[in-house]
Amino acid sequence: MAPGAQNSAVKTELGRRYHFAASHRLHNPALSEEENCRIYGKCNNPYGHGHNYTLEVLVSGKVDPATGMIANLADLDGFVEREVLEPFDHKSLNEDVAAFRATIPTTENLCIEIFRRLKPFSKAKLERVRVQETSNNSFEYAGDNPEGFEG
Amino acid sequence: MVLLTRKIEFAASHLYNNPDFSPEENRRVFGKCNNPHGHGHNYTLEVTVAGEPDPITGMVLDLKDLKEILEREVMQRMDHRFLNFEVPELAGQIPTCENIARVIWQLLDPKIKQGKLHRVRLYETPDLFADCYRNGSEGTKA
Repeated sequence: MAPGAQNSAVKTELGRRYHFAASHRLHNPALSEEENCRIYGKCNNPYGHGHNYTLEVLVSGKVDPATGMIANLADLDGFVEREVLEPFDHKSLNEDVAAFRATIPTTENLCIEIFRRLKPFSKAKLERVRVQETSNNSFEYAGDNPEGFEG
Repeated sequence: MVLLTRKIEFAASHLYNNPDFSPEENRRVFGKCNNPHGHGHNYTLEVTVAGEPDPITGMVLDLKDLKEILEREVMQRMDHRFLNFEVPELAGQIPTCENIARVIWQLLDPKIKQGKLHRVRLYETPDLFADCYRNGSEGTKA
């Protein structure tokens, strides 16, 4: 096939990174103070602490020949802004996000909650989300679809 | 299986315009990218090849060979070029990150003889990239 032609042999995904800052505290009220301290260490500090999170959103779909795009960035940006950045940025995840009243806001759970919020995006298929909590750790979630990891 | 990734950077200009759209529609769909004089980016390309290390050399493929392929197929074609007008493979297409990544996949795939092309990731900015994979292939997933 000539280079440039649409080709179903190639799967294309669009990746977009977003940034937000939020605080959290890792604490399980069902556990004793000692156990919380042992499991969560400094993250159990009762006053919480914060991170600059980087969120990576990957979507797939047919590249529209009229626009060259899987999804218009303005649509994706607007959706992520409304569903994730606006409710999470400069917030306390424990106090300000209802999902984390009963769930511990580890970055694993944050990935799952962000995936749940972004899944309804109608202009492309959500493949996976990756959340970097610090430059040394990151977490990925692809829903119940293992194909969502790496193509 | 081992994945090996090499990164290169190139600079190029482009603009988004669909001649089938009205000027207003082009501006609405493509926004600032519709500026008729174009604009540019520093693109970062990550090329990942999957394979088993050769028992004699310990290599999936010789990085020197991959470097030469990337130089010939990508750098010479795209670096310091206006992608709309100077890259024939993109003629008639909107040179979005998705389309450029796919053209790069199609250029590289037949040239990589040792190992198999696994992923092409093209960053247009640090916050925007497109990935290409072989559709439906088994055995090359990480």
